[in-house]
Amino acid sequence: MKHRLSMLMAATVMAAACAAYAQQPPAKSAITEEFEKFREVLEEDNPAELFEAKGEDIWKHAKGPDGATMAQCDLGLGAGVVKGAYVRMPRYFADVDQVMDAERRVVHCMVKYLGYKEADIRKQPFSNDRVTPDHVSVVTWVAGQSRDMKIAAPRKHPKEIEAYNIGKEIFAYRAGAYDFSCATCHGADGKRIRTQDLPNLRRPEEAIRAYQGWPGYRMTGGFMLTQQWRMNDCFRQQRFPEPTYLSDSITALLTYMTVTANGQVYKGPGIKR
Amino acid sequence: MADPMKIRAQMKGDSAEIRVLMNHPMETGQRKDNAGNTVPAHYIQAITVDVGGKRVIQGQAATSISRNPVFGFRVKGAKAGDKVVIHWVDNKGESRTDEATISG
Repeated sequence: MKHRLSMLMAATVMAAACAAYAQQPPAKSAITEEFEKFREVLEEDNPAELFEAKGEDIWKHAKGPDGATMAQCDLGLGAGVVKGAYVRMPRYFADVDQVMDAERRVVHCMVKYLGYKEADIRKQPFSNDRVTPDHVSVVTWVAGQSRDMKIAAPRKHPKEIEAYNIGKEIFAYRAGAYDFSCATCHGADGKRIRTQDLPNLRRPEEAIRAYQGWPGYRMTGGFMLTQQWRMNDCFRQQRFPEPTYLSDSITALLTYMTVTANGQVYKGPGIKR
Repeated sequence: MADPMKIRAQMKGDSAEIRVLMNHPMETGQRKDNAGNTVPAHYIQAITVDVGGKRVIQGQAATSISRNPVFGFRVKGAKAGDKVVIHWVDNKGESRTDEATISG
């Protein structure tokens, strides 16, 4: 009897230990640490800076057909205010009665003030080894203006709450040939793909990893990619149909992921393998 | 004209640490595009670095160097306030010169 009781007690203690362990974020593997060291070295001289410089030039000097400049563009903190705007998007913009993420807002402003054609931007929304679309450089510069700031995406306006909820739903929505959802890979602790640890994007301290490093300079090929591109690529990897560029669903997904990462510090445009 | 470089120059002890990021496609001439045509070679061939009016590096570069390359070096005898002038020429004859001042 005494024996059985102690067995039972041992089992209880073990269960408690497991529960405590499960609440801890997973320990970093040696491989992840090596990757982080590698990234740190590269971040010192990130070619993303070259794109920031181009974006800054466009923001400050480009003029639209009627002489308008990006100084009239409101990124949520007032016309022309760029400092800290990136980490406070996606947010609701009253002028369009819509929630927009940073890239969507920048494109909106470039079309409105600088006379860019939305159809042209949609034709070539992402960079390749020959072309870097202007809006990619501008987004990179805008992101750089929120370097070392805390992420603080708002969730107050009913449309912001709606976007967050839709994003949360999309995150868990299983579909496609492989019956995949974002959560299949990013909804639990300790998952990995090949040697790469996958963050659990439902945890604030890990959700930052989906945000950090974007826009990012990809060394393979040597070009600048944005978060919108990353979302497209996630959809491709899930064998989902390709999302429409700057669609509501991607904004919703970004809203969910950004709000989850609120309070974490954004380090600015990053560098990727 | 080619896009500008980013130059960082700072005193570290008794030498200046200079780092430069160059904007260049650095095409090797060995790649083919989607249509199967060779992408013509386009790469930086010569780099010079002057610090305080004195030439400290005169170098050659070729196709083994990456796109948008970064170069870093230390220069002894330089001091804060010295002007750094970096210049490159590529195989098409395009060139670019940028300047920076060494900070303390």
